[in-house]
Amino acid sequence: MSEAVIRVAGLGKSYVTAAGLFPALKGVDLTIQRSEFVAIMGPSGSGKSTFMNLLGCLDTPSSGDYFLVERNVAHMPGDELAILRNRTIGFVFQGFNLLPRMTLEDNVALPLVYSGIGREARREKGRQMLARVGLDGYALSLPARISGGQQQRVAIARALINSPRLILADEPTGNLDSHTSEEIMALFEQLNAEGITIVLVTHEADIAAHARRQVRFLDGFIVSDTATPVSELQPC
Amino acid sequence: MLSAMLGEAWHAMGCNRMRTALTMLGMVIGVGSVVLMLAIGQGAQYAVAQTISTMGSNLYILISGSTSTSGVRTGSGFGPTLNVADAEAISELDDITHVAPVHQGTQQLVYGAKNWSTTIVGTTPSYLDARAWTLTSGYAFGESDVRSASRVALIGKTAAENLFDREDPIGKTIRIRQTPFVIIGTLAAKGQNLDGRDQDDTVIIPLTTAQRKVFGVPFAGSVRTIILQASSAEAMPAVEKSVTALLRRRHRLRDDMDNDFYIRNLAAAADSAAETTRVMSLLLGAIASVSLLVGGIGIMNIMLVSVTERTREIGIRMAIGARQKDILTQFLLEAIMISIAGCLIGLLLGIGGALLINAITDMVIVISGGAVIVAFAVAAGVGVFFGFYPARKAAALDPIEALRYQ
Repeated sequence: MSEAVIRVAGLGKSYVTAAGLFPALKGVDLTIQRSEFVAIMGPSGSGKSTFMNLLGCLDTPSSGDYFLVERNVAHMPGDELAILRNRTIGFVFQGFNLLPRMTLEDNVALPLVYSGIGREARREKGRQMLARVGLDGYALSLPARISGGQQQRVAIARALINSPRLILADEPTGNLDSHTSEEIMALFEQLNAEGITIVLVTHEADIAAHARRQVRFLDGFIVSDTATPVSELQPC
Repeated sequence: MLSAMLGEAWHAMGCNRMRTALTMLGMVIGVGSVVLMLAIGQGAQYAVAQTISTMGSNLYILISGSTSTSGVRTGSGFGPTLNVADAEAISELDDITHVAPVHQGTQQLVYGAKNWSTTIVGTTPSYLDARAWTLTSGYAFGESDVRSASRVALIGKTAAENLFDREDPIGKTIRIRQTPFVIIGTLAAKGQNLDGRDQDDTVIIPLTTAQRKVFGVPFAGSVRTIILQASSAEAMPAVEKSVTALLRRRHRLRDDMDNDFYIRNLAAAADSAAETTRVMSLLLGAIASVSLLVGGIGIMNIMLVSVTERTREIGIRMAIGARQKDILTQFLLEAIMISIAGCLIGLLLGIGGALLINAITDMVIVISGGAVIVAFAVAAGVGVFFGFYPARKAAALDPIEALRYQ
């Protein structure tokens, strides 16, 4: 019944360093079904960033297989990966990563440039997406004019614009205060409720608690995979 | 897709106006100087070609030898070695279109209360044909005028202006050394020759009349110079040989004797003048091309800086779906747009400069469509060539590294 958006088997990634081959990821198996909300946790150096880069098709694995919506993308050429990043995956970064000299509507609609959509149609869609994250009326503002929380909303609108199956968020609240973080997480929960699969990386337990499943990384392996909200284990 | 890319490139250019303008400046100066230098060079070539064409084409001039009296040697042209019969014999040779004996000197013209010193050319009707000289009014004298030594004259523009002001010279009688001449035609203006002498300051009269009434000749029928025109430039060397052989035979010169005449190729002087200006305009173009090259390197410089500065932007674009070729296209288009915009401004400035020079000096300036097209094509080529390396560098960035770049 349920459909696997992400299925990785024996996924490994090694980097060539001055000291020799460094294995950042040592064979990971994980399946994420449609409409799941998964938090990836772990200390730095645990391999979670490497894992996220592989999930996001920004990098290719050294070993193992990665099925994104049932297609093996482990050995896909770069241009096809770019199309996946454009159509199937939406990215949200810690640093928002908006282009500073573009209006918000153009920022939001930027992925559509690479889908070959005309300029007016792009802007129209961009304004729709801004409205969806509660920022209607800001279409012609520049990123520097709005708050961090608002910038992250714009980044989420950008991630949503091509109606992706999967949203990957890398420390999306890392640069935000706790109140704003809660707002962003509420937005993610709402999107998840609409059926979008969300995978987010965080090292904050209370952020991870918003997800319905937590996966912990350590030294390139998954050490725990639990559906129990972490926050219930801790006093708030 | 391309239009979206163009928009992106346009946007990027607008983002850093100062830098874009400075980058463009290199192209502006490069293209502007190429266009201006080519205009000046081609203008000089045009002016020389113009002057050469007024002399007549494929001409040889025969000059009689010198004489020596009591140890005093005259210059060439004073010996009585060439005569009208020589000219007639030459005209029988192959590949010769026109032959005209010429007796030329300076005399005072008198008309009413005015007088003017000018060059009197005594010759035959073929002279006008050989020099491709037309009349603006009246008619030329014919062979019968030469035979009967008619007192008729054709007057050049400068001489006419000095003698008649705005009066119509046709039908007026002028006097040259007390001999009255009726002006029957006015000559078309030719301007200066290669030496800078005014070719229009002249009066042309029948050869016989000139010799009998104006100059006087020690030996009947002798002439100082004969102008002859070959049928084509290719025929000139053969004509030179056959004319020399004919005259040596006619003058009964033994093999060990020098020629008693000189034969001069007017085309050679013209060619060397044309060659000089051609080399000059090539040189100007070459110097200007260097500045175009420097402009191109300027573009590469700025594009490299731009790629480094926008590494993070490139990473973001890649993360949201830009393919390598999209990034390549974007940066390449940016370089091409900068160079083409610079080129357009340079063209305008170059053409403006050329027109300005034309307006404030009497230099001839020729702006040819070819030069403009070449400058434009080279500028676009420079944009592609110098834009490609930075663009490829941008496209080859690793998205993860680029995203992490601060």
